[in-house]
Amino acid sequence: MSDPFLTQMLPQLAGGAAHTHALGFAYEGLQGDRVRIRVPWRADLVGDPDTGVLAGGLVTTLLDHVGGLAVWVALKGFQPIATLDLRVDYMRAAAPGADLLAEARCYRLTRHIAFVRAWAFEISPDDPVAASQAAYVVNSDGGRKAGANLRGRPETTS
Amino acid sequence: MTDALLDRLPYARFLGLQSHVEGDGLTVVMPFADKLIGNPMLPALHGGSTAALLEMTAVAQVALSYPRLRLPRPINVTVSYLRSGKPIDVTARARISKAGRRVAHVVAEAWQDDPQNPIASLTAHFLLDEDNG
Repeated sequence: MSDPFLTQMLPQLAGGAAHTHALGFAYEGLQGDRVRIRVPWRADLVGDPDTGVLAGGLVTTLLDHVGGLAVWVALKGFQPIATLDLRVDYMRAAAPGADLLAEARCYRLTRHIAFVRAWAFEISPDDPVAASQAAYVVNSDGGRKAGANLRGRPETTS
Repeated sequence: MTDALLDRLPYARFLGLQSHVEGDGLTVVMPFADKLIGNPMLPALHGGSTAALLEMTAVAQVALSYPRLRLPRPINVTVSYLRSGKPIDVTARARISKAGRRVAHVVAEAWQDDPQNPIASLTAHFLLDEDNG
């Protein structure tokens, strides 16, 4: 397993962008087609201060992000992707003060769309805090150059 | 009361959310900050930060309209991403479609330049605290 995409780029993609870096996202590894990341518990990431539990919005971000990594694993390399939609079910409150892990698997990849399931948990995906189902658009820039989103309309999806 | 609610929530503070109450409605702004960027190449906001803004806006709107001892807890949320988020402020509003005794259904939208062209929309269910109803 010396594919530089898997050994170097994937860990970088897990926590290397400004937002994921600010949240402390860290790469945890890959097993088959299942990829894992972690967000260490931090007081400033808590949703309700009365409970000390990490915010729902943070869990959504974690699941969205780990899902994107699973798409790149399925694609066997980096390509521009964009989340089309994401549904998150919150099964139970996370343990106060505990790190959260997330694991995702791209279970179907078509030419344009990747379908992904993901789970967030403290210890095991068998006992999830939350689960998500998401679709990602593959090659989402449609060949447009960087900055294309900054210009005016129209924005078309390829 | 809800004006101060988001200031009380650590993750809302992390995102820099600013809420404004007008009558029964609430508008929440997420001012642009570098730490919200998810795609440095485009550049674009991380979809998760927009989703979190939408979810926090929905929570705050439910808390404003249906005050309870505890905050409404999300049962599930669905986010559709309509446009990539540009590196500028995002504004969000939520509307409660229905609130029963235990569950509230909420829709929310986030936009940048033009409310008619939202960058993301959210549909969510929240569990309402029955105590202190």
